[in-house]
This record gives sequence, C-alpha cells and structure tokens, in this order.
Amino acid sequence: MKAYILKRLFIMIPVLIGMTIIVFSIIHAIPGDPAETILGQKATEQSKEALREQLGLNNPWYQQYFTYMGDLLKGDLGQSIRTRVPIAQEITPYLAATAELTIAAMAFAIFFGVNAGIISAWKQNSWFDYISMLIALIGVSMPIFWLGLMEQWIFSLKLHWLPSIGRMNQRDPVEAVTNLYLIDSMIAGRWDQLWTVVRHLILPSVALGTIPMAVIARMTRSSMLEVMSSDFVRTARAKGLSQFIVVYKHALKNAFIPVLTVIGLQTGALLGGAVLTETIFAWPGVGRYIYEAISSRDYPVIQSGILIIAFLFVFINLIVDLLYAAVDPRIRYR
Amino acid sequence: MRVKRWSSVVLVMMLSAAVALTGCGSSNNGAAGTNAGTNGGENTPSASVQDTLIIGRGGDSASLDAAIVTDGESLKIAHQVYDSLVEYKEGTTEVQGSLAEDWAVSEDGLTYTFNLRQGVKFHDGTDFNADAVVFNFTRWSDPASEYKFEGDSFDYYDSMFGPDGKRVIKEVKASDASTVEITLNQPQAPFLQNLAMTSFGIASPTAIQEKKENFKNEPVGTGPFVFKEWKRNDSITLEKNVDYWKEGLPKLNKVIVRSIPDNSARFNALQSGEIDLMEDLSPDDLATLEANSELQKIERPSNNVGYVGFNLKKEPFNDVKVRQALSHAVNKQAIIDAFFAGQAEPAKNPMPPSLWGYNDSITDYEYDLEKAKSLLADAGYADGLPGEYTFYAMPVPRPYMPDGKKVAEVIQADFEKIGVKVNIESPEWATYLDDAQAGEKDDLFMLGWTGDNGDPDNFLYALLDKDASNNYSYYANDELHELLVAAQTETEQSKREELYKQAQEIIKVDAPWIPLVHTTPLLAAKANLKGYVPAPTGTEYYSNIHFE
Amino acid sequence: MAQATTSTNNAPVIQAEKVSGPWRDAWRAFRRNKIAMAGLIMIVFFVLIALLAPVIAPYDYKAQELADRLKPPSSEHWFGTDDLGRDLFTRVLYGARISLWVGTFSVVGSIILGTLLGILAGFYGKWVDMIISRMFDILLAFPSILLAIAIVAILGPSLQNALLAIAIVNIPTYGRLVRAKVLGLKNEEYITAARSIGMKDSGILLRHILPNSLTPIIVQGTLGIATAIIEAAALGFLGLGAQPPAPEWGKMLSDSRQFIATAPWTVVFPGVSIMLTVLAFNLMGDGLRDALDPRMKN
Repeated sequence: MKAYILKRLFIMIPVLIGMTIIVFSIIHAIPGDPAETILGQKATEQSKEALREQLGLNNPWYQQYFTYMGDLLKGDLGQSIRTRVPIAQEITPYLAATAELTIAAMAFAIFFGVNAGIISAWKQNSWFDYISMLIALIGVSMPIFWLGLMEQWIFSLKLHWLPSIGRMNQRDPVEAVTNLYLIDSMIAGRWDQLWTVVRHLILPSVALGTIPMAVIARMTRSSMLEVMSSDFVRTARAKGLSQFIVVYKHALKNAFIPVLTVIGLQTGALLGGAVLTETIFAWPGVGRYIYEAISSRDYPVIQSGILIIAFLFVFINLIVDLLYAAVDPRIRYR
Repeated sequence: MRVKRWSSVVLVMMLSAAVALTGCGSSNNGAAGTNAGTNGGENTPSASVQDTLIIGRGGDSASLDAAIVTDGESLKIAHQVYDSLVEYKEGTTEVQGSLAEDWAVSEDGLTYTFNLRQGVKFHDGTDFNADAVVFNFTRWSDPASEYKFEGDSFDYYDSMFGPDGKRVIKEVKASDASTVEITLNQPQAPFLQNLAMTSFGIASPTAIQEKKENFKNEPVGTGPFVFKEWKRNDSITLEKNVDYWKEGLPKLNKVIVRSIPDNSARFNALQSGEIDLMEDLSPDDLATLEANSELQKIERPSNNVGYVGFNLKKEPFNDVKVRQALSHAVNKQAIIDAFFAGQAEPAKNPMPPSLWGYNDSITDYEYDLEKAKSLLADAGYADGLPGEYTFYAMPVPRPYMPDGKKVAEVIQADFEKIGVKVNIESPEWATYLDDAQAGEKDDLFMLGWTGDNGDPDNFLYALLDKDASNNYSYYANDELHELLVAAQTETEQSKREELYKQAQEIIKVDAPWIPLVHTTPLLAAKANLKGYVPAPTGTEYYSNIHFE
Repeated sequence: MAQATTSTNNAPVIQAEKVSGPWRDAWRAFRRNKIAMAGLIMIVFFVLIALLAPVIAPYDYKAQELADRLKPPSSEHWFGTDDLGRDLFTRVLYGARISLWVGTFSVVGSIILGTLLGILAGFYGKWVDMIISRMFDILLAFPSILLAIAIVAILGPSLQNALLAIAIVNIPTYGRLVRAKVLGLKNEEYITAARSIGMKDSGILLRHILPNSLTPIIVQGTLGIATAIIEAAALGFLGLGAQPPAPEWGKMLSDSRQFIATAPWTVVFPGVSIMLTVLAFNLMGDGLRDALDPRMKN
C-alpha cells in the first residue's frame, strides 16, 4: 500500500507542475501590456512600473516562473491588486464557504442518489424505479443556474420557506472560528444559529448536488443490479435474513466502488458548478471570489484562485484513488 | 476491514444528512410559523427595540477613503465615518457648521477663518485640531504628497477647487490649535457649499501615516459611525461612535450595508426581513411595495442626471454632427415610460430642473430617426458609421438609472436602425469607473451624476469643463470654460444664473452627452423605520435612524 | 409505435444492406431503444426549429415594443414578452440556433484536435505519448467550466470566445479516448499484418484505426454536445458568452432573473429549452452507446 501511495504521489508531480505552468501563463496570455490592462490607462508609468516589479514582469519568463514557484512553495500566493491583501490570507473564508457548500451538496447527492439507486434496483421496473430514473435523467440535463433560480422562485419567493441568499442571518452573525458555519455555530453552542445556517444551506446545496445525485443514482442502480444477481446475495437471502438487511448491508458494501468513482468524477463539476451556484445564492465562496476578480481584472487572484481549486480537485482525486486501492487491492497492481 | 470502516463513514454522513434534511422537512410543514420567525424572531430575543440597521444597496464601495472617490456608493459610507468642516442641513443643501463651529469671511471674499469644535476625537483616539485640517488639505492639494498613494487621485479636490496650477485655494494654515485660516486666490461663490461635501471629510492624520495605502480599506474619521469590517462585494459593517460629538447620536448601535446587485433579490430581502432599508428600488416593484403595509416608500429629492456620454477622444465621436445625429436617435420618453414608472422626466440639459440656473428655454433634440440619418449623411456617413463601437453600460443599479444595461439595449436597437452598431459592455463597477475615466476602452458610456452641493457648478463645471477630472467625455470648449470660470468667481447670484444658462446653450449644441433622465430615486424601508431623511446630494448621516 | 417505425423504414433497410453489418445492427438496436429514439426525435425537432427559425418566428428577435413589456403568454405572444417587449417565443426559437451551433461546433473542434493528438500519442508512443498524455492530465485537472471562464477572461467575453474556450477544455476527453483505442488496436494482428506488407503509417491510420475509433467518438461526441450546450449557457449566464441583443438562452436567463416573481415566463421558457435540448442529446448519447458499444450491451 505504501509503495502504491508513493507511486501515485510521484505521478502527480508532473501534473501539478503543469498546472502551475498553465496558471502562470494566464497573466502572460493577456494581450498587450498586462500592467496597463490591470491598472488602466489612468495609471502613471511609475505605478505601472511598480506593478511590473511586484509581478516580476521585467525578468525573463523562466526566471519569473522560478520565482513564482518559489513563492508558491513558501505558501505565498501573491497579493490582490485591488485590496492589497495577501491572497493566502484573503481566500481562507471564501474557501471555507465553498467547502461547506460542496460538502453539503455531496452529502445530499450521496444520500438521495444511493438510496434511490438501491431502491430502484431492488424494485426493478416498479413505478418507483421508472420515476426515479426519469428524475435522474432530467437531473443530469439540468442547468444548475436555472434550477437555482427556480428553487428561489418557488421555495423562497412564493412559499417563503427558506432564505434565498447568503449564508447566515446578518443580524446575528456566526462567530467565525473555522469559517465553516455549521461547525462554528455548534462551537458557540448556538443551536438556533445552527438551524439558520442549515436553512441557508438547503437551496444552494440542492441546486449544486442535483447533477451528482442523478449520476450516483444511475450508477448505483446498475451496479446494484449486477450485485444482486450475484451468489452471495442469493446465499444471504437463503440464510433467511430479511430483505432489507440483505439489500442494504451486503449490497451497499459492493455499491461503494461506483459511488467512489462518481465522487471522484463529479468533484470537478461540483467545484466548477460552485461558481454558478454562488453567483445565484450570493454565497461568499471562492467561485464568486474568482468571478469577481475576473471582472475587476485582478489577475493574481484569478491565478491563485484557479490554482487552489485545481489542486483541491487533484487532491480529492488522489484520495479517491487511494480509497479504491484500500477497498480493492487488485487496483494497485493494474 | 477497511471496507467496513469507510462504508460506515459514508453511512454516518448519510445519516446526518438525513437528520438535517428530514429535520427541515418537518418544520417546513409549519411554514407560516417559521416564516414569521425569519422576520422578527431572528433578532436577539432579549433586545426589545431593534438597534441594528441592515441596508441593502446595488453596488459595493470602490474605496473607503473619501478623498479619492467620486461614486455615490463609496461616498455614502464615507459620509458615516468622516465629518467635514461644514455640513448640509438635513434633507437640504443649506450649509451649517460641523467640525467648524462657525466662521468669518473677509470683505474681499478671499479669507475664511474657521473656529473649530474642541474636544472632538478621531476614532483612533487622536485629537481633531487645526493641524489635522492642514494635514488633510496638504494631502489633497500637493501632487507630490507622500500620502497620495499609487493610483490615487483627488478628483473632487481638483474639480471643486481647480487642478494643480489653477488652484482656488492658496493657503491653509493653523492660526492656533482650534483656528484654521484658508486663503483663496480668487473668490469662489460656492466655496462653503463645496467644503461641505463628503469628499472633504477630515481624516485622522495618524491613521493615514500609519496605515498608508491600506487607509482606503480601513478609514478613520470623526463621524457618527466607526468603520469595523469590509467584506468586498458583500458587506460593510459600521459601529456606533460612542464619543460622537453630536449629543445623543447616533441612535443605532450598528449598521451593516450589504451589496445585493440584483434589484429583485434586494427587494425580496426587504420583504423577507433580511434587510431593513433598500436603495434603488426598481420602479417595476413599486406596485408591490405600495400594496405591502409593512413597508414604506421613501423618495429622495430629485437632483440628478443620467446620460450617455460620447468619448470625444475617439473617431467619429469627435465630430459634432455625429453626436447630434445620435442625439436624435434616442427615444427618452419611451425609455421613461417603460423603465421608470413615472419616477423620472426626460432630460435636455446636463443639470436637473430642481436646481437654480436651469435653462428651460432649450429645446431638446427630438426623437427622429430620419433626421438622425440625414445628419449622419451630412457628416459623411450616409451608410451609417463604419465599424462597431463599445458602449459601456452600468453593471449596477444607480439612483439615476435603475437598470443601465436594459436602457442600453433599447438605445442599441435604435442606433442600429440608423446604421450604428454598438456592443454593450459592463465590467465590474470599480473597473467600469476607471475605464470610463481613462476613456480608452469605451466609445460611448452611460453614467449619471447626483448633485453634491446644490450648485450648478457641481454639474456643469465638474462634469463638462475641460479642466475637470470628471469630464469623462474629454469634451473641451474654451468658450464654455471661460463662462464656467467666470461663474465660479462671480458672487452675485443673478449674474451667475445668467452665465450658467448660456453655458447650457453651448453644451446643447456641442452635444458631448445625450442627457437621458432626471429621476426621483426610490428607496424602500420597513414601516417601523423612522428618522431617515434622504438628502438631495445622495449622502446623509444614518445617525437619526431608529426603529419603533 | 414500434410497428409504425418498422413499416415506414423500408428505404433505410435497403440502404443498410449495402452498409456493413455492424452499422445495421446498431441502427436496429438503437431503434429498439425507445428512450434513445425519443432523444433522436427531440434533436431532429430542435434542429428543424433552429434551421427554420426565420420562417416560423412570428417576430424579429431584436424588435422591441416597449409598451408591451413583460406581457404574459397570450395568443399574440405564445411565450409572453421580455422586459424590452420582445417576443419570447421568437427569441427562444432563435436561441436554439445559437445553442446548437455552439454545441456542435465546439464539439467538432474538440474532436478534430483531440483525435489528432490522441492518434499521435497512441501511434508514436514514447515521449510523444508522454507529453501529450500529461497535457491531457493537466487540462483535466481543472474543473472544465472554471478553465473555460479563465480562457474567456483572457480572450474577452463573446460568443466566439466562449465556443473556443469550450472546445479547448474538452479536447482531452476525445484525445484520451482515441489514444486508448489506438493503443488497443496497434498490436492487433491485422495491423501488424498491414505493416508487414509495407503499408504506410498514414494508410494504416486512415484505413484501420480511424474507422475503428469512430464509434466511441460518436457516442462521446453526442454526450459532449449536451455538456457544451450547458457550458455555453453557463458562460452566457455569467455574462461571459453571448452579448446583447443575441437571444442566447443562458443570457436570457440572467437578463430576466430579476423578473422571476413578476414575470416568471421570462425565466421558465429559456430554462426549459436548455434542459430539453440537453436532455435530448443525453438520451441519444446513452442510446448510441448501448447500440454501438457492444461491451455495454447486456
């Protein structure tokens, strides 16, 4: 196992380096003088020169790249041009907000996806099967930004059940410790706040989680169908265990791999989808942070934001791969 | 083994998700009850009277340093943090004392002596005194000031008191700790009027020296509210200045100003109780507002202009015939009927009719596409303009233009009918302002202006004089310049009025802008919010606001 | 339903006899798959709408009638009007043109480049493969919509740039697929045989490898159009794609979202259109996979 982890980490290195090269090139791909694009024509030659100096644009590109890498390794993500705050410091609360949202979305997707998949397979060709597979089909085709708008319209504007935007009640702000408000409100022992935070989380996480939910439901169903015809489930049934336990206990274990696969595959879509969800629900996450940086041409923020998300994505996929290997040792030797 | 452990983790995750989701499901059944909870119940249960005000507005501040900004969103926060030497009486543009208790003007109108209020402290605990005033004026006027930070420009100082080399203010000196003497190069009629503007709020010299360029993120003044936190594009938090020099004020403990760009999302937040006061109500929502007894409509006195500016640095908009032609191609009345719900009137001059000096004898370019075409043909563009042009439209709602992008689309369609193709662009607000000011990326731009001080100078000179830094059109007319400077130095009101009327005639013919509308900006608030008096200038203290 | 299809399909059957066996089998399998057929019918429907938009549309998609803004659906305006008084039905019809155009052409672009790189990597192996495969890995390591946003941020917002960005981010999907196929085929006996009789690389590629890679590309391409349409709409929604007055569905959504409470039809119709178009390509793609890819057959 250790050898496998090392091998996997080793393979990651060129990918990570390649990613830094791509992100590094963003600023060089801007047509014209980057300093002028960023600061605007109003800027004096002096301040443009200062920015070029700050961004190291005056050095040869390979030198710039090594400086950039050096800074990255030291944990220095550069400084926002607009706010002049170090990005590493500024981005933390945004990252936490996105983490909370994506984890909630994934929890929603796994819970409903796995259960719908299992029941559909169990009751194959029943009305439940047809309806949930139809929902899954529609779910994978859903533009999440539209789903988010529809949710706001129905559950917030029409029915007034849930808040439409934001993460918490501004009148009674959650005291930020981890910036994960679910945890922070529990630390503070404020159960009423926890409830508010949960209510704010529901609509965006459903919007973001719908596509993964649909994919998980479909994959769970097909892998369950395979598993359920296998010998050991038949044996288990023969042993006289109740059907519920047979299906959930034994079959679930075997449905684990496809679910893991989907998690790995969908994390990217989830992190990307966060940009849209966060825009609609005014969620102060890293997707919105990057999006706003784009419209204010804050290139260091764009670069570092994208790099962090991509690193996260690679990292999650690494964990998924390692989990595979842990679950199914054969994979290691492939 | 491993399998078991991991699957149990997943199971736990699912279980907790299930608890959370079923939990919400069950209480949603009692929808009416929970909803009532959102409106009032989320306040701290013990507080009987609400003392936190949450304002929802359309855009974020560009910066919190009052001296370097010109946009309304930045100024209205700055107004809470800083005081100027003099201020406007609530709801008007009449000048009264503020940090200066009183003042004397010399016979020749060249020397102003201000007696400063004593015992006032900045939020950082340092003393407000004559030296602090001098420090601020020096910072604004000295182009080489070490406290003028990268990319900053003191636009308001330059446009109200003349650019470097043509300064109105000759000298500012501290006669003693609580007396400041300001000497002018020439008399300026609206001098006190100008001084009362938010941009000339006195900042703590110590804070500027210590924070340097970070000062624009963490402002320190003497105003009723202390700056606490700024989350970009999200919210600004202000807290009560307990040592405020105005007795008994502010009445609120805390003010949170949230940026919610989408008009309907902002209105929705007001309806659901997430905010208490909203700016820039979309006229489309007026009927809904008036039908809701828990809300009130608040009107700001009309004192603005929304316009489309031509960039005269660019071909072919440096040609007056082209500008006149396009002026005939905008259907102002139709725009107003569609988007302003009766809360606006068409504009023909660059200043509002509510202001003295307005020239009502001017006839506007009427909406006439045939005439526009023939004027274009006269200018040598019989087949319409060659190429495609960039038309900047505001990304955020403004008091003078609730939905700039939509109005731009209407104008775009009319322009196309006369063979002028424009592409609408809307970068983020701070970038938008930078670009419009630089005048490189845009060919046409939409913008507007809310009067700051009740003087026509603040519209005509500030926006259209060749020396004014807010002249984003890069329009330069020497004859106009002479008129406007003469009007600044002239002290007799009737003569000034005449000069401004002449100025408007010149501007009408040169058509550097297409003036679009003068609006009566709409705000909406909870019915129990009292003590809020919107000023015609667009910025007012929140210190009298309270809840009943 | 099934009866009707068989009886009306005499002509294709005759034609199919000339075509090689697998294709006919595939078509049969596809036709039996009701869901896939539904997808195909929907696609044909949307393509017809897109092609015939100027004929069917009752109005000009740019024509504003400010007095008639935000009118609910009626016999005059089937889908109602938007906030500039434009006929929404017309705009939704024209929107199909934009979405199908962007979807199809971005996928064609990614397929061409992806296939080229995939073949190079698979056929020549060694360091060529090394470099190209790592490039694919790197591109795939970015969430695609985020990468597309970044590309548009550099190039500037426009429909063309959105199309280009979507094409670029999807290259690795096809590249990997083709590479795997080429690797699989390279050591097949008939390829070795072709080589031994002196056939040139280009000839082998054209005659044997490309035709064999076609199936997975078609399946993936169909599903890819669905993804591309959603991505284009997402960029439009964020203001980074089509610019006004283009009737792009995503852009229409972001323009109308503020009227969701007062004029919901302005948000419902463009959204449903995106969903149905995407659904159609997903159904068709799934059906094609079942029909064309024998391994997936039960």
